[in-house]
This record gives sequence, structure tokens and C-alpha cells, in this order.
Amino acid sequence: MIESSQATPPRTAQAAHGDLLLEMTGISKRFPGVLALNDVDFDLRAGEVHVLFGENGAGKSTLINIIAGAFAPDAGEFKFRGRSLVRLRPHAARIMGISPVFQEFSLVPELTVEENLFLGRELGAAGFLNHAAMRAKARSVIGELGFDILPDQKVGELSRAHQQMVEIAKAFLTEVRLLILDEPTASLTEAETQNLFALVNRLKSAGVGIIYVSHRIQEFQKIGDRITVLRDGRKITTVKSGDVSESELVELMTGRKVGVLFPSIAHRPTEKLLEVDDVTLADGMARNVSFYVRAGEITGIAGLVGCGKSEIVRAVYGLEAVAAGTIRVRGEKMAVRPTPIEMLRHGVCYFPSDRVAEGLALGRPVRENASMAALDLPTFSQMRVLRRASERRAIQAIIHKLKLRPPQIERTVGKLSGGNRQKVLLSRGMTRDISVFLFDEPTVGIDVGAKIEVYELMKSLVAEGAAIVLVSSELPEVMNLSNRLYVMHRSQIVAELSGTDINETEILSHFFRERRFEDGPAPASSAMAT
Amino acid sequence: MMTKSMDHGGAAANAALDKFYRLYAAIGFLPIILLGLILVFAIFVPHFLVLPNVLNVLRSSSYLVILAVGQMLVLMVGGFDLSVGAVVALTSVSSALVMAGLKAQIPDHPALIVLAGVLAGLGCGFLVGLVNGLCVAFMSVSPFMVTLGTASIATGSALLLTNGIPVYGMPVGYVDGFGRGLWFKLPSAVYLAIAIVAVVFLLQNFTRMGRYIVAIGGNLQAAVVSGVPTRFYLVTAYVLCSVFASLSGLALTAQIGSGQAAINSQLTLESIAAAVIAGVSLKGGVGRVEMVALGALFLLILTNAMDLLTIDPRIQTIFLGVIVVLAVALDELSTRRTKRV
Repeated sequence: MIESSQATPPRTAQAAHGDLLLEMTGISKRFPGVLALNDVDFDLRAGEVHVLFGENGAGKSTLINIIAGAFAPDAGEFKFRGRSLVRLRPHAARIMGISPVFQEFSLVPELTVEENLFLGRELGAAGFLNHAAMRAKARSVIGELGFDILPDQKVGELSRAHQQMVEIAKAFLTEVRLLILDEPTASLTEAETQNLFALVNRLKSAGVGIIYVSHRIQEFQKIGDRITVLRDGRKITTVKSGDVSESELVELMTGRKVGVLFPSIAHRPTEKLLEVDDVTLADGMARNVSFYVRAGEITGIAGLVGCGKSEIVRAVYGLEAVAAGTIRVRGEKMAVRPTPIEMLRHGVCYFPSDRVAEGLALGRPVRENASMAALDLPTFSQMRVLRRASERRAIQAIIHKLKLRPPQIERTVGKLSGGNRQKVLLSRGMTRDISVFLFDEPTVGIDVGAKIEVYELMKSLVAEGAAIVLVSSELPEVMNLSNRLYVMHRSQIVAELSGTDINETEILSHFFRERRFEDGPAPASSAMAT
Repeated sequence: MMTKSMDHGGAAANAALDKFYRLYAAIGFLPIILLGLILVFAIFVPHFLVLPNVLNVLRSSSYLVILAVGQMLVLMVGGFDLSVGAVVALTSVSSALVMAGLKAQIPDHPALIVLAGVLAGLGCGFLVGLVNGLCVAFMSVSPFMVTLGTASIATGSALLLTNGIPVYGMPVGYVDGFGRGLWFKLPSAVYLAIAIVAVVFLLQNFTRMGRYIVAIGGNLQAAVVSGVPTRFYLVTAYVLCSVFASLSGLALTAQIGSGQAAINSQLTLESIAAAVIAGVSLKGGVGRVEMVALGALFLLILTNAMDLLTIDPRIQTIFLGVIVVLAVALDELSTRRTKRV
């Protein structure tokens, strides 16, 4: 990669430092069923990095989408450089110098890098394209940023880190006044991250205002000037970076003392219930992965977006194709390609992260959703005929235990909140004799109260001797709940941590490992058990 | 299976495979298979490579080329159009009715009669395409249901207008000069098809619209946040598809010499088949017009050879179905093959 600090700064609009660039007051936005933003104030000065911090579902992405013109706010005032904006469209926002870099890439895999950069603002006249001019401009922008991507590469064939670079380059095609970076380092290496920070600093001195969305406290405390904390759609506070400690920030984010949020779980590991040995997936999302899960403990798997941590547990449950390796449940070898029903019968259940797409039938009642994975059991059917009364009794008891509110089993799941939906999903694990729980991002999009209940449920499951696998992108969650923690990086497990080794610095050091480590042995301090 | 081949030190084999796939991506199997097919039929099928038959194949494939090119545009934006066959029928009936009606009133102005008839036909296509496009773009209705519905409306209207009886009485010049005419020794429809393929080729490779169509089908959300007027281009794709279907219907009607409500029930399926054979992805974002033209030619050559070999048309229908299912399955398999990084 070209040393970027040597390059000339990208073209930016000149603005005096400290000028108020963006001013938002009383912004509210409602989506069907949720108030995503509730009377939020936010402002940004030229030459400032303003961090947006909050849990998933706190309203960060709704806010940046409003600023980028993708959503219109339902209420509130939105001023950019002193001008009041109404009915802002993404295109108009870009012309005004508002450049968003989204985490969910706004890239078309079928188009090349250059075609993606210019999408929506192609050069040319009368509808015809000027290929030469676009190629030259694309080269110069990529060169200025110091990225090692070629304009004629197809975006669908690039790695996630390179796609991230295309996404960032896209923001620099026009004059930038306000840059939105949404988790920009989520798939970058340490060196690439340093390059990005150098770039951010150059932009700051050029008077660009930057909104920086991140989960990584240590990272944004280095680069941010102010931090605004959002929780459940409300602005909690805006603080100066450096004025608050890490644990204070976590408390602000969750609204709970760290000790209250995460229950103390007494892990009493006994026998190995699930053993994954040298498993490689057909699509290469996980390679030579080995881990084991014991009864009576929570085993965490942490890693960046796209590192394969979700795919590996899905593969265990038979949802991703396995190319090689063995999976054992209670020592019994499973088929090379297990099926969900087989795994359920062996007491393994998977709880998907995307509850709407994969977990629940939204139009059907709680009862049917809860019993869906157990209809083959005698409680629910005999000779393939459903036993509805027995089903009602069984599900009612489970729902009561899970504290679903209101505890009505005939309500359609679509009418429930995120937290209640998660409970319905979890109830599926109670309908049959499950001893291995595979949780994939179990607290995405649910409020703090529901989170605590999910954690409490995990605690009671572990106490009863279940084995839990917790796959999560929320670092505090995996850190505080896991007895042992595996770290995945680029499709491989790079570390197994336990005890005091489970801390943010240690985990992040594995997130950020360089590519050259990839094929080498893991560092001695955290060598794999196998 | 990928790791296994690497274990056996198959780096060279992998490189060769890579090269093969790149070549496949650049030209595809289709031109090669097409050439092979022509060669085999020329040797084994009597009367295949004689001038009247070649002209016949070219003419009938032209109608399908025009239809399939439109279908490709809609497939590329991630939809599909089940109403093209019905649009052909409605165009046929309405243009013939207008011409026949005007012939009684202004028999001395054949040019005017033809113009009015053509406009009536194209108007029907435009209208159906507009309804399809608006419903898909603004009401987010599934393209499947919308176009199935408009297909039923168009077919019903065509039958109602004619009671199912063929409409005669189009100007002789239109039928003999355009429909059945040879221009510079080639059927007129061939020129129409070439013109449409050329226009769409320019559109795809040199204009904003071509790129936006890929973007909409490739990642709609990305297109929206990039400021692409997605709804406009969605509607445009559906309108172009229907208007192309109308053009095809006009040429076909002129060749038959009468407006018919039951013109060819297989056209919709054939148009989708031609596009899919040519590598157009049903998931959107992928498609090349020159390949689609070859896809249509491929289907027609097959049909023609089966005709010459006097294979039962009912068996041909089954065969068409098998080809469609195979092509779609291959499309699915090839996308699954692509490695994720």
C-alpha cells in the first residue's frame, strides 16, 4: 500500500475550524412498531470528529441515514451549513458534500470498482458515458487515498476489506464537507486502519466534519473529539473524548452498571458435549476450525464481521455445507453434512441472528413458532396428527417461564417487540431436550431490559448443565459472559482465551492481526489448546 | 472439494480451470454450442442448410430475438415479464382491427392506415408495460403477480375484441412488402431485430441507463443510496420490454397476414428461455444482449431441426420445458460455484 501521509490531501471544501456544519434539533423517526429516534439533538463542527456510540438498535444508523438523505425525519429541524433541509435525497446530499460510508456497503457486486465509484453521478453528456474521463478520475482518487485497488476489478470479486476501500473512495469522488464513517475499521487490518486514521486527521485539518460510528471504545477515544451516546432512540449525553472512562461509556451505552448488566455466571465445566475438529466449509468461510464446548459453561466466539464465526456454528447445525472435518456430539460422530433435525435429536439447537428472515414465521402465533422444532415429539403429535391441547399446555408453561409479556400464546409473533420475539425463538430450545445451545448474536436489536433477561436465561441454562456457544459481535457481551473465548480472524480460529486473558486489549490484538500471521502459528501466549 | 484438489498439488489444474472459467465468462459456451449444432444439423438433417429454410429460421428467430431482448432488460432489473406473449396477441389484434376498420373509410391512404395500426399496436404495448412498471416500482408488487395479471387482461381483451376469429383486411403492401418481404435478400424482421439488438447494445455499454439497469438488479439498495432514480429505470425497463413485444407482434402479424388473439401461446416461456440460455441471471444484474440474440437463435434452430425431422410438436413442447429447467438449474449452479472471499 502506498504511504498515504505522503500523498496530497484529497480535494476538500475549505471551511474555518469550529464553524457549525450540521445542526439537528428534536429529530424523531418512527418505523412501523418502533420509535427509532426520539427527540434527538446532534451537531457537528468543521474540522471535528464526532463519535456516535450506542448498542445495535440504539438509533445510530437511523440518524446517519437521515443525515445522508436516505430517510426523512418525522419531526425536528435539520440544518446543514445554516440552511434548513427538508426532503433531502441521497443524491442531493452528496452534491452538497455529505458523503456517507456505510457499513452495509452501497456497492453493486456486478459492476467494477470504477463503475461503482461513479454510480449515480457518471461523467458524460446526454446520457452517454465518458469512459476515459471516469477511468482517469478513479485512478487519481484511489491514488490519493493510497488504496491498492484497481479501477477495472469487479467489486463482487474483492475481499471485504477491499470493498470497504471502494466504499470509502466513493465518498471522495466529490468535494467532501461532511464525512460519515460507519464502523469503517470493521474489516480493516491494523496497517489499513492506521492509514485510515492518517486520512481522517488530514481531513480534519482541511476542515471536514466527520461523524464516526464505532463500537470500539479504545479506537474512537484516540481519534474522536466529542462522543454522543444514544440508547433506545434517545440521546443520552454528549461528552468530550477523554473526559469519560471506558467503563463509564459502557454504562452510558447500556444504562446499567457493568456488573448489573452482565450476571456473574458460575461456570462449572464438565464433559465435552460438542467437538468440532478441523472443519473447513465448502465456501471457505471457515478453514481448519477446531473447538470444543463443555457442559456447564459458556463458550464465546468473537471476531469481526465476515470472519466466519457465524458460519461455523451454522455449519454445526447443518445450515452451511461442510467440506472436511468432523463434528462430534457427546463423542458420537455426526454425518459429514448434518441436518437440523438430526442435530435437534442429538440435543443441539441453533438460534439465528436474523430472527425475521430465519427464525420466526411472523404471521403465525407464538404457540406455532415455539413448537415448530419439536412437532415430531409425542407431546406435540402422535402418528403424525397434532395434539393441540397438549401443545397449548406445553407452550404455555414455557412462555410463563420465559416471562413473555403479555403471556398470550395465540398472539401473532409479528406484533411482538424485538425482545419478546427473541424469547419466542428461545422457547424453541425448551420444547425438546436440548443440551447444546448455539446462540448467534442473541441480543441484536433488543432493548437493554430484554438483554438482561436473555443473559439471565443463559445463566440458568448453564446452571442446569447446558452447554452454550455464544457468537457475538458485541465485545462487552462475549467478554463478560464467556468462560472460554475463541477469537476468529479471516476464517480461522486464531486464539483461545480464558480467565484474565479475556479482555478488550487482548481480543482486539487478535482482531487486528496482520495478514502475514494468517498461516503462521498463533502466538505462544494464547496458543490453541489442540 | 476445493481443498481436496489443492491437497493433491493441483495448482496447475486450478490455473487451467481458472483460465477456462475466464474464457467462459468472456464468450460463454453458447456460441460454441450454437456452431456445433449448426454443423451437426447441416450434415444430418435434410433440407436444413438450404436457402428457403435458412431464411425461415432467420425470420422466425427475429421475432423471438426482439421479445427476448426486452425480457432480458426486465430480468436484469431483477424482475420478469410474463405478459409478453399476451402483448404480442393484443398488439396483433388491435393493429389489425384498426387497419381493417380504416381501410373501409380511407382506402386511398394505405400509409396513413398502416401508421394508425402500428401506433395502436405500440400504444397497447406501452400501456401494458407502464402498468407493469408502475405496479412493480411504486407499489412493490411482485413482478410475477403483476405481469401474470396484465397477461390475463391483455389476452382477455384480445379475445373479446375478436371473439377469437382472425382479423383480415390489412393493406396488401403492409403484408407483402413488410411482413413477408425480403429486403436485400433478407426477411424484413431480421433488420428490425438487428436494429433493436444494436440499440440495446449501445444502451448497455455506453449509456448511464445501461449501468443503472445493472445496478438496480445487482443491489437495489446501493442504487438508491447512490442517487440512481431507480423507479424511473424500473418503469423504463418494463415499458421497453412491452414495446419490444409489440414490435415483435407487429412484424409477426404482418407476416401471418391477419390479427390473431391466439398467436403463439409459447412466446413468453420461449423469451425467458432464450434469455436464461444466454446467461441472463434470474437474480438480476447480469445479461448481455448479443448473447440473448444467440440464445433466441439457438432455440429456433433446435425447433426448426425438430420440425424438419417431423418430431411431434407436443414432444417439442416437452423438450422446450426440459431446456428451460436445465438452463435455470445451470444458472443456479454457476452462481453457487462462485467463491466468496
